[in-house]
Amino acid sequence: MQTYDLEANGLRGLNSALQEQNGGTNKTAWEIVNAKGSHAIAVGLNSPIEVTVKGSTGYYCAGMNQQATVKVEGSVGPGVAENMMSGTVIVEGDASQYAGATGHGGLLVIKGNASSRCGISMKGIDIVVHGNIGHMCAFMGQSGNLVVLGDAGDALGDSCYEARFFVRGSVKSLGADCIEKEMRPEHIEILKDLLARAGADAKPEEFKRYGSARQLYNFDVDNAQAY
Amino acid sequence: MDSNNIPRTVPIQSATFSNPINAEIRRAAATGIYDIRGGGAKRKVPHFDDLLFLGASISRYPLEGYREKCETKVTLGTRFAKKPIELDIPVTIAGMSFGALSGPAKEALGRGASAAGTSTTTGDGGMTPEERGHSSKLVYQYLPSRYGMNPDDLRKADAIEVVVGQGAKPGGGGMLLGQKISDRVAEMRTLPKGIDQRSACRHPDWTGPDDLEIKILELREITDWQVPIYIKVGGTRPYYDTALAVKAGADVVVLDGMQGGTAATQDVFIEHVGLPTLACIRPAVQALQDLGVHREVQLVVSGGIRTGADVAKAMALGADAVAIGTAALIALGDNDPKWESEYQKLGTTTGAYDDWHEGMDPAGITTQDPELMKRVDPVEAGRRLRNYLKVMTLEAQTIARACGHNHLHNLEPEDLCALTMEAAAMARVPLAGTDWYPGKAGF
Repeated sequence: MQTYDLEANGLRGLNSALQEQNGGTNKTAWEIVNAKGSHAIAVGLNSPIEVTVKGSTGYYCAGMNQQATVKVEGSVGPGVAENMMSGTVIVEGDASQYAGATGHGGLLVIKGNASSRCGISMKGIDIVVHGNIGHMCAFMGQSGNLVVLGDAGDALGDSCYEARFFVRGSVKSLGADCIEKEMRPEHIEILKDLLARAGADAKPEEFKRYGSARQLYNFDVDNAQAY
Repeated sequence: MDSNNIPRTVPIQSATFSNPINAEIRRAAATGIYDIRGGGAKRKVPHFDDLLFLGASISRYPLEGYREKCETKVTLGTRFAKKPIELDIPVTIAGMSFGALSGPAKEALGRGASAAGTSTTTGDGGMTPEERGHSSKLVYQYLPSRYGMNPDDLRKADAIEVVVGQGAKPGGGGMLLGQKISDRVAEMRTLPKGIDQRSACRHPDWTGPDDLEIKILELREITDWQVPIYIKVGGTRPYYDTALAVKAGADVVVLDGMQGGTAATQDVFIEHVGLPTLACIRPAVQALQDLGVHREVQLVVSGGIRTGADVAKAMALGADAVAIGTAALIALGDNDPKWESEYQKLGTTTGAYDDWHEGMDPAGITTQDPELMKRVDPVEAGRRLRNYLKVMTLEAQTIARACGHNHLHNLEPEDLCALTMEAAAMARVPLAGTDWYPGKAGF
């Protein structure tokens, strides 16, 4: 286990050390102490290492992650795992705005609640939130899965494309062109797998599925009231 | 005269309800859709043509053309980046996407820019291997849509341009219509083929200058502080936007006036939102000077740059470099008279063709049609762009020498006068034949 004192040694040294690791490294486990809400912790990683942040982080923790597993033993500021490509990010606490924004792949698990715009413009990432999510989540979501064990706020999935949303609790309102959809067997399988990987104690059958009605895919002036 | 030889009132067209306005009213009434087009503002606005250089005289000493050196090199990104971009000429190629432009057109831009010793820029939709391969210096745009954004390409870039806005539509997003969404374009953007692809008007994970500062920190951490980070803004509040970009940590500010082009947006947006390029430069330079970073944070100006005279005027007003988009496309062959019969079939004419969003460009540039894009020979089109860039540079050097400067960066506002009150006010240079401009104290 490599222990890095962020307060003592600085952000550049941390990210530089983590980014230098490759597939053959023996330094596969890292622990970051004294994070103290710092921004851009463990960003741009590209190797299958495991990083544990002891405490809460600021903006963009694990941004653009590839391959690595980043676990935050605290809460995270805005944009955790933004534009993640692959790997896993686990947040033990709550997440602020834009969690998993524009993520292309990988798995983001938030064991607490996620604020507004979780999964905004998601492009293939899978996000599992054990608690509730705020308003405008998955706005313009393109691809991937957003799973919510709790409730969803206003305007879920507004102007979404092909992303899927699974919510166990209530949905305050759906956004433009987002509708409830039939939960077919293949969706149960997807959900079952995601719940298992996210360590979530829930049954797929308890969820409802939402997604795009595909009515706004091509501009039509008769839909102008929806914009 | 009528039959009684009494003079009659001649028909008078309304200046307010002109024929083009009336035609647009009828078109809107018939279709229920606003007009979408490509390009920048077509309306006449105060521009570089309204400025003149004074040239050397008894109080100024000119340099000898063809003999004495007039340097053109420019370095962008000297503030924080470990590897600033060094360009041979201060004319760069503005961001234009693969998707909006055909693959051969993007390749030609890369070839031409590289041969001239300057940079080209990606656009919405990500970086293609062809573009990277043919561009010796490539600026990678970081846009609200984040289409195709990934850390591997980010690290391949020579600079990163965080796009906040553009001159054609400051405050607006974009729409790539379904007919231009080929399999490859769809794959790069992670969206189904054939649907309209919206480009968001604001970034998904930051909302203001304080957030932007942290976003730039993240981008620098991902790229090891190697490459410059530009911030591109549309011309609206150039003083404050420039100041905030500096505060957020930009190495370079790119400022795009309303004549700057777009692949597609509403005509009403293009013509009625934003500032003319001429009005943007001095406030931006003032902001840099007030913060003590003029020349440390470089200013790149775009929007309607066409000639070496425009380049020289922008630089005399304080820009470090300029960027061209529409002019580069024309150099490649856009709106070429040889396609006139095909333009007429599309209901337009050479020089006026701007339906770039429809994907039917006879010149093969703003299209994804496999047959049309064959009309662009990337090698030949790249050579034309190189020639054009060289000519612009020679023209700017000619003017700089005549003003007594051995580097284009030494051009200064004192070299200029204005032909109109409006241009004098915007450029803050004296009205021709006077020592006064509107807003200057002592009038």
